[in-house]
Amino acid sequence: MNADVLLANLPALLIAVPLFGAFLTPVIGRFLSSIRDAWVILASFVSSLVAILLAAQVYAKGTIVYVFGAAPGVGTIPADSGGIPIRILFTIDGFGALMLISAAIVSFAVILYLTLSQSKRSYRSEFYALYLLLTAGIFGMVSTGDMFNFFVFLEINSLAASALIAYHRNGGLAAEGALKYLIVNTVGALMILFAIGLLYAQYNSLNMAVIASQLTLTSLNILALVLFIAGLGTKAGAVPFHFATPDAYSVAPSGITALMIVASQAGLYGMFRILFSVYGHVFTSETVGWVVIILGVLSMFIGVTMAIPQKDIKRLLSYHAVSQTGYMLLGVGVALAVLGDIALTDAFGRMAMEGGLFHIINHAMYKGLLFLAVGAVIYRTGVWNLNEMGGLGHKMKWTMIFFLIGALAIAGIPPFNGFASKLMIYESTFAFNPAIAVIAMVVSILTLASFMKVFHSVFMGPQLPEYEKVREVPKRMLAGMAILAFFVVAFGLVPDLVVNTLVAPAADALLNQGQYIASVLGGGL
Amino acid sequence: MIGTLTTGFGVWNPLVWLCVILVALLFSWIIWRCGESDYDEDTEQTSPYLSGNAEPAKGAVHVRAGNMYWGFTAALKSYYDKLIPLHSGIVNDYVSWFLIGVVVLFAVVVLL
Repeated sequence: MNADVLLANLPALLIAVPLFGAFLTPVIGRFLSSIRDAWVILASFVSSLVAILLAAQVYAKGTIVYVFGAAPGVGTIPADSGGIPIRILFTIDGFGALMLISAAIVSFAVILYLTLSQSKRSYRSEFYALYLLLTAGIFGMVSTGDMFNFFVFLEINSLAASALIAYHRNGGLAAEGALKYLIVNTVGALMILFAIGLLYAQYNSLNMAVIASQLTLTSLNILALVLFIAGLGTKAGAVPFHFATPDAYSVAPSGITALMIVASQAGLYGMFRILFSVYGHVFTSETVGWVVIILGVLSMFIGVTMAIPQKDIKRLLSYHAVSQTGYMLLGVGVALAVLGDIALTDAFGRMAMEGGLFHIINHAMYKGLLFLAVGAVIYRTGVWNLNEMGGLGHKMKWTMIFFLIGALAIAGIPPFNGFASKLMIYESTFAFNPAIAVIAMVVSILTLASFMKVFHSVFMGPQLPEYEKVREVPKRMLAGMAILAFFVVAFGLVPDLVVNTLVAPAADALLNQGQYIASVLGGGL
Repeated sequence: MIGTLTTGFGVWNPLVWLCVILVALLFSWIIWRCGESDYDEDTEQTSPYLSGNAEPAKGAVHVRAGNMYWGFTAALKSYYDKLIPLHSGIVNDYVSWFLIGVVVLFAVVVLL
């Protein structure tokens, strides 16, 4: 097998590598537990490498349409299928590539961290296997061009996440959080399945491009759209579907919570894919755009105001995850509201969308970093309550620096990455509706206030006697944080490069629905 | 290497901010250099002077998280009194909110 064959089959390897890694991890752990950690790091590294290579191919050659089970050169539509692409397809365009890069970076950084932070726990082989399954679920969600496969990967994502939340129990709280997450996300997923069924019944296809090419705005399709928004909004943790999110995030191991941020963003990916690539051409009013904007504003404001009074440090961060999701919904919602008007799209709609999409990858980096830094504090102190912390900056200087970088980024302080994407959202949203832009800025100020509280409570103040023996976390945990901190700083220092190289192709992919349809119906390996 | 981000309404170049940070660091360093040269960390110089009173225990002088933004939450008490109970922790309530959300969304999208 030469390199060309490997490169040609990267979409298959994207799922195969983490699955192979997952299934072999318990086997290796049973017989060679000493090298199991090295194996999972290798499996995560290779799957991340595959994702980044695949994204690079998309940026170099355009949308990749991969037909599973077909020989090279065979189109997406078999000759005897009556014009329907019945094969399983992966359709990876600029938007999928952006999500792949985000997931690849976070999943590798987190596994470095987890293999040490969980080193004193039992049954780690199965834990790491679930982690790799979660990675496969995320990769699959952002790559597939088939609605039912999207549902399958969504379920892999949610089930693996639920199992990981409850895996290392915390006095029953973790099991309770996992159960809530599982039930609410399963209800959401069933609504998505119902919506898929409604579309399949009408168009005899599960392929997104085929459905998009034939879709009209009937009552059934409106119902399906609402179910998609609600189900995927639940996965993304958008208000009012967010309730299980803080309960689950706050009790999961910190590394898992960092990856669950990306897992939830796969839900956002699904929502935006459905809204633009499937339903894009049928919107004749601003209503659906406003629906997304209102979900965004509610998420931003309720998320941040719920975060401020929290005393559990992870619960506080979890509410901020809800709040930050609001920015992404706001940016993309503004683009959706003006989708039918080319002049407005050019004036500010496209910029709003780029801001929202840029915020997705930024949020994955800085919120992942924050959860890892907070996890490091909990790893050393065993304390989750902010009222019981203090003065840890004396002993955990690197963790403090990494937390500070993440905190400044999430608050939108320059020159970190959060500022660049928020600036794009503020300015474009202001052109659309100044009141919403003001709310977004107020939410940023409240975010900064909230993180001032956390930073002061955890790291500042005199060195407390109860933490006299606390020391910095091991180097591999710091390495995981350093990777994410690097991207937080780098994306902030070269925002133009990131926007032009990674974000603009993602926005193009969503705005150009015709190209998405044409790439599938006329494409293939 | 450090480029300018054009937002459509303005521009942002991180280089400006980096220059500001560097200047601030320079001033900080100059002020630090002007400090007492005979400062020694391992002597009583590090102890705070509290008008001759004994220094309280370290834990007693640290401002805890619960004390911060008390005024903010107290001022918005009526808002928080409504918002916090909605996050009841009961999964039945959460599923109910999901269903209410679906109904409201459907009504909005169909009616408007």
